[in-house]
Amino acid sequence: MSTVELTAPSPAPSRPGILRVLRRPTARVGAFIVAAFLLLTVIAPEIAPYDPYDQDFGAALQAPSFDHFFGTDQYGRDELSRVLYGTRTALLSILVADGIALFLGTMLGLIAGFYGKWVDTAAMRLVDVLLAFPYLLLAMIIVAALGPSLFHSMIAIGIVATPVYARVIRGQVLAVRTTEFVLAARAIGGSAMRIMLRHVLPNSFTPILVMATLQAGTVVVETAGLSFLGMGAQPPSPDWGSVLAEGQGYFLTSWWIATFPGLAIFLVVLGFNLLGDALRDHFDPRRRKE
Amino acid sequence: MTQYIIRRIIQLAFVLVGVSVVVFFTLHVLPGDVAQMLLGDRATTEQVARLRHDLGLDQPIYVQYFRFAADALDGDFGMSLHSSHPAFTDVWDAFPVTIQLSLAALFVAVAGGVPMGVLAAVWPHSRFDNTVMTVTLFGVSMPIFWLGLMLILVFGATLDWLPIGSLMPIGMEPPRVTGMSVVDSVLSGQLNLVGLSLYHLILPACTLGTIPMALITRITRSEMLSMRAQDHVRTARAKGLSEPRVVLKHVLRNALIPVVTVIGLQLGLLLSGAVLTETIFSLPGLGRLLINAILDRDYPVVQAAALLTAFVFVVVNLVVDLSYAYLDPRIRYK
Repeated sequence: MSTVELTAPSPAPSRPGILRVLRRPTARVGAFIVAAFLLLTVIAPEIAPYDPYDQDFGAALQAPSFDHFFGTDQYGRDELSRVLYGTRTALLSILVADGIALFLGTMLGLIAGFYGKWVDTAAMRLVDVLLAFPYLLLAMIIVAALGPSLFHSMIAIGIVATPVYARVIRGQVLAVRTTEFVLAARAIGGSAMRIMLRHVLPNSFTPILVMATLQAGTVVVETAGLSFLGMGAQPPSPDWGSVLAEGQGYFLTSWWIATFPGLAIFLVVLGFNLLGDALRDHFDPRRRKE
Repeated sequence: MTQYIIRRIIQLAFVLVGVSVVVFFTLHVLPGDVAQMLLGDRATTEQVARLRHDLGLDQPIYVQYFRFAADALDGDFGMSLHSSHPAFTDVWDAFPVTIQLSLAALFVAVAGGVPMGVLAAVWPHSRFDNTVMTVTLFGVSMPIFWLGLMLILVFGATLDWLPIGSLMPIGMEPPRVTGMSVVDSVLSGQLNLVGLSLYHLILPACTLGTIPMALITRITRSEMLSMRAQDHVRTARAKGLSEPRVVLKHVLRNALIPVVTVIGLQLGLLLSGAVLTETIFSLPGLGRLLINAILDRDYPVVQAAALLTAFVFVVVNLVVDLSYAYLDPRIRYK
């Protein structure tokens, strides 16, 4: 006797091609910046003119020149090399912090929206409590508990960003869970886990993508902010925030020390913001009309 | 409306309990023993055990939490390990500096953001609009700590137009009444002190106000544009009203309702940004106190600062919610 495998019909994806986002000039600028940033993380060791940790007191506080394009810091370290290597810390912070927020927020939002009732109430009150702190304050409290380090600052920022994902995903799940294909999946006896992961989650992908892109910029600036305050990456790490903090005492006489790492943060955040905005507008029909 | 207010206040109480739980338990998973830390490495085991008993650290964790919550309600967070003052006193003394900075930044953000957003919406897709939108996009992407350093470099060090740190010149501080340099200067009745206090506030307020200004500009423009397409605006034009009257009375008034909410919600951004701004400009506010407390492992101060900030943040959010519900009846009937 042959068995017929019953599967719930998931809706055919009808979202417009993602590459069409790039038709907007601002999206192209954003994509270019993000692509350049990602490329630099890979080729930083190949193109960096010096070792970012190499000290040369004879060359301390040199202004930008052909020998040192971004100048040198108070220890004679090459600023360009430190900024280039800083792309790696920035990418790591996106992967770890955004990854933590994405995972925890998606799980929380998915479970809250899918099960509803007291599960939803409990999850959303937890979200309310986390949102009751100004974001940097909560991150600082968590770092205070774990101890200042780059990895701990990434964990802290991941936890702080979790409610943002949870709320968006929950809203999406609430909209999807009463659709016919989810009801059909329930009717054929699909387990809750299977329905959530196979049917609900893939159909909530778009807002996750938009949110992850927009949050990437935020994560970079927050990680650098904590490092700047001495709660993230510690010297002599070539993290942008840490480089800024180290140069703070010298920047009034040596403008390049604070200018280039800050510019790098600004460009990366701008790139992710432009790309995230374009993705959001592209996937939101109301905004597309505007 | 009364029912809505009561419901929101009950929710607020739950959130505040949650906040206290988060603050207490986060700082209780600390590596190391607080008693050992207080007494130093040379303390004997008996001394550490006695102090643990005196501090109640040998009690079950839930007992410690209830003691902490009861003391917190009385404003008692213990003594600062650094200054040896009551922790809450240190926090309360620093708080007015942060409030003053946040209010000044909010003023900069609103005074710049609303008119720019209105003008951008009046001439959509014009050169002015495109410039404003580009500048605001840069504004929201700007790391606040870098912006502060750049403003100091340009307006403080290079042009020498503005002071680059502290609330007042040394030796010119007005007698402390509120802890806010501008208000205290006004209360002192000396005009030159008022001028000096405002002069010292310009750079920090502009630094902290930039990102909220960019957000307020964008939301004002967007709300104005969507309001301009409404039927009642077309009717107003059809009646023959002048364009400024249509914009100010029919478009702006309605567009401002969500803008007011956004303005209120900037407080979280401002309190977070204040931590960084106070560090850059060496202002003796809550943010700097908190950073030093964390780096010095002065946990009573960390707990007091965290709870006070979260309390203010939550209450302001409640007021914003209530004002929005008052302005828009659809919210309270949801």
